[in-house]
Amino acid sequence: MNIFQHKLSSGFVAGLAFIVCYISFTRQPSDAYLFPRVISVFFLTLSLWTFIKALLGLSKAGNGLTLNMFRNMLPGMLISSIYLFFAAKFLGFYTATAIAFFLLLTAYDPESYSSVNSWVKRIIITACFIAIMYTLFAKILVVYTPRGMFI
Amino acid sequence: MDFIFYFGEVFTFTSMLLLIGGTIGGLIMGATPGLSPTMTVALLIPFTFNMTPVHGLILLGAAYTSTVAGGAVSAILLKIPGAPANIATTLDGNAMARKGEGAKALQLSFIASLIGGIFGVFLLIFLTPVLAKMANSFGYSHTFWLAIIGVTVIGSLEAGSVVKGLLSGCIGMWLATIGFDDIQGVKRFVFHPAIAGGVNIIPALIGLFAIPQVITMFAKGRFQNDVEQIQVKKHPIAKAFQEVFSRKRALIIGTSIGSLIGLIPGVGGQIAGLLAYDQAKKFSPEKKKFGTGHSEGVIAAESANNAMVGPSLVPLLTLSIPGSPTAAVLLGGLIIHGIFPGPTLFQQYPEVIWPFINSMLIGQILMCIFGIYIASLAARVAQVPQFIMAAIVLGLAAFGSFAVQQSMGDVYVMVVLGTMMYFLERFGFSAAPLVLGLILGPIAESNFVTGSLISTAQNGPFVYFFTGGLNILLVSIVILSVGFSIWSEINTKRQS
Repeated sequence: MNIFQHKLSSGFVAGLAFIVCYISFTRQPSDAYLFPRVISVFFLTLSLWTFIKALLGLSKAGNGLTLNMFRNMLPGMLISSIYLFFAAKFLGFYTATAIAFFLLLTAYDPESYSSVNSWVKRIIITACFIAIMYTLFAKILVVYTPRGMFI
Repeated sequence: MDFIFYFGEVFTFTSMLLLIGGTIGGLIMGATPGLSPTMTVALLIPFTFNMTPVHGLILLGAAYTSTVAGGAVSAILLKIPGAPANIATTLDGNAMARKGEGAKALQLSFIASLIGGIFGVFLLIFLTPVLAKMANSFGYSHTFWLAIIGVTVIGSLEAGSVVKGLLSGCIGMWLATIGFDDIQGVKRFVFHPAIAGGVNIIPALIGLFAIPQVITMFAKGRFQNDVEQIQVKKHPIAKAFQEVFSRKRALIIGTSIGSLIGLIPGVGGQIAGLLAYDQAKKFSPEKKKFGTGHSEGVIAAESANNAMVGPSLVPLLTLSIPGSPTAAVLLGGLIIHGIFPGPTLFQQYPEVIWPFINSMLIGQILMCIFGIYIASLAARVAQVPQFIMAAIVLGLAAFGSFAVQQSMGDVYVMVVLGTMMYFLERFGFSAAPLVLGLILGPIAESNFVTGSLISTAQNGPFVYFFTGGLNILLVSIVILSVGFSIWSEINTKRQS
C-alpha cells in the first residue's frame, strides 16, 4: 500500500515536472522562459530520481496514508470543497461559512448525536464564530465578501 | 545606536495595544497544539492590511515572539509541545509539573525565554546594519546565489529527504514563475484565470501552512482528546528569577546556541532547543537529573528557542533571505506593505524597521509578564477539541485569503495548494522549502535574467556567475549544504 502510494505521489510530481519542462522548452519567446528552463531541468531531474527510487521500492521518507485516515478526512474534505468552491459564491460567504462550520462540528464531534446538549453547543459555537468573523472582516477590516443569492 | 531614536513609535497607544494583543493572542495560539508560529503569523497577515506598515509589523513581530514561548505552556502542562521548537521543553518541564512544580517550570521557561529573546534581538540590532553594509557591494550574480542558498539550505534540512526537500524548493520556484513575466510581459503557465496575475504569496502561505494542519485534524476522525491538565500551584516569582540566574551555565549555553542557530538559514527552533538541551546536559555536573524534572533542562531549551527569533531575521532584513519558515511568512508581511528587504532597507525605511525591531524587544518583556500570569488560561484554551480548531482555522484561512484581493481566485489557490501540500507532506516533501522557493523565486529570476543580459555583453554567463571570490564562496555554500545533508542522510540510514 505504502509503496504504491510512494509511486503515485512521485509519479504525480514527475508528471508535473515533465509538463513544466515541456512548456518551458517549447513556448516562445524563449527569453521569457529562460529562468523556467533552468528550474525545470533541476525539477525534472530530481523528480525522475524520486520516481525511479519509488519504482524500485527504495523511497521511504514519509508515512503515507492509511485507509482509516482517508475515511476520516473524507467528510471534512467534501464539506470544505463544497463550501469553498461552490457554496461561498452562491450562498454568500457568511451563510456558507455558518453551514460548513456547523456541518464540520457535527461530522467530527465525538459526542453522541442523540444528545440535545451537544446540538445546542454546536449551534452556539457556530453563532459565536460567525459573529466574530462578521465583526472582524465586515466591520473592522471592511472586506466585501460575496453575498450570493442574498444580495 | 540608531534604534534608540525610534522607541517613541513603540510607546504610542495603538502600537502598545497591538503589542499587547499580539502577545496575548500569540501566547494562546502558541499554547494550542497544531497551531505553529508560522501558521499563526500567516493567518494574522490579512488583519494587517488596513494598518500602517509599522503597526502591521509590530503585530506580526509580537505574535512571532510569543507563539514560540507560548508553546512551552502546553509542553509543560499537557506534555504536548505547542510547536516543534518546544519539544525539548517537554522532557523536563512536564516532569517538573508532575512533581507539583508546574508554576515554577512555567516561570523558569518564560524568564529564560525573556533573557534568550532579548539577547537575540540585540544581536539582530547590532548585526543587521553591519551585514547590510557588506551586502551593499553585492551584484546580480551574488544576489542570485543568495536566493538559491536560501532555498537549498532549508530544502536540505527541512524535508524527510534531501532530494524531496530540493524538489519542494523547485516546485516553489516554478510556482513563482506563474503569471506575467516581468521583462517581456508574457503570460506563463496560466492554466486557470484564478492565477492569471500569478500566485499571490499570502493565500499561498495560508494554504501551505494552515490547510495541511486542518486535514491532519480531520484525519484523526471523531475522537475525544482527553488530555490530562496538571493543576498549577503558586510559586514566588522572585525565587524563579534566583533559580534562573543560579543556573548560568544552562542559560549561557541555551542563549548562545539559539542565537547561532538562528543566524543559519533553515535550521530552526526545534534543533536549537534540542541541541541546547543536549549540550546543557553534557556540561552539567547533574547529568542524571536531566529528564526527571531538572530546571536546567527547561532553562536551556527555552532560552535557545527564543534566542533564535531575533537572529533568524538578520538574513531576512539584510539579504531578503528568510532564516526560518516563520521569517519567510514575515517577508510576505513586509512585501504586502510595499517593503522589500535588502541592504538598503535601513536607509529607505528606518521609520518602519527600527520600531519593528524595538517592538520585539518590548514584546519579549510583555511575553514574560503575560506568559507567567495567563499560562493557566492558555493551557485551558489549548484543550479546545481539535475538531473545533480545524473548523476555526479553515474559516480564518478562507476569510483571510479572500481579504487579500477580495477575490475567490485566491481562495481557490489557497485550498488547492494546501491540499496538495498535505498529501506531499505525507510522502516526505516539506512546505518550508516550497514557500522559500515561492518567495525567493522572483528575486532569483530577476537577478538571473539581468545577470545573463550583462554577461552576454562581457565574458559570458559562466564567468559572470561562477568566477570571483564571492561567487565561488556562495556556490561552495550551496554545494556544501547539499553535500553535508546527503552525507548525514546516508550516515543515518547506515546507523539505523
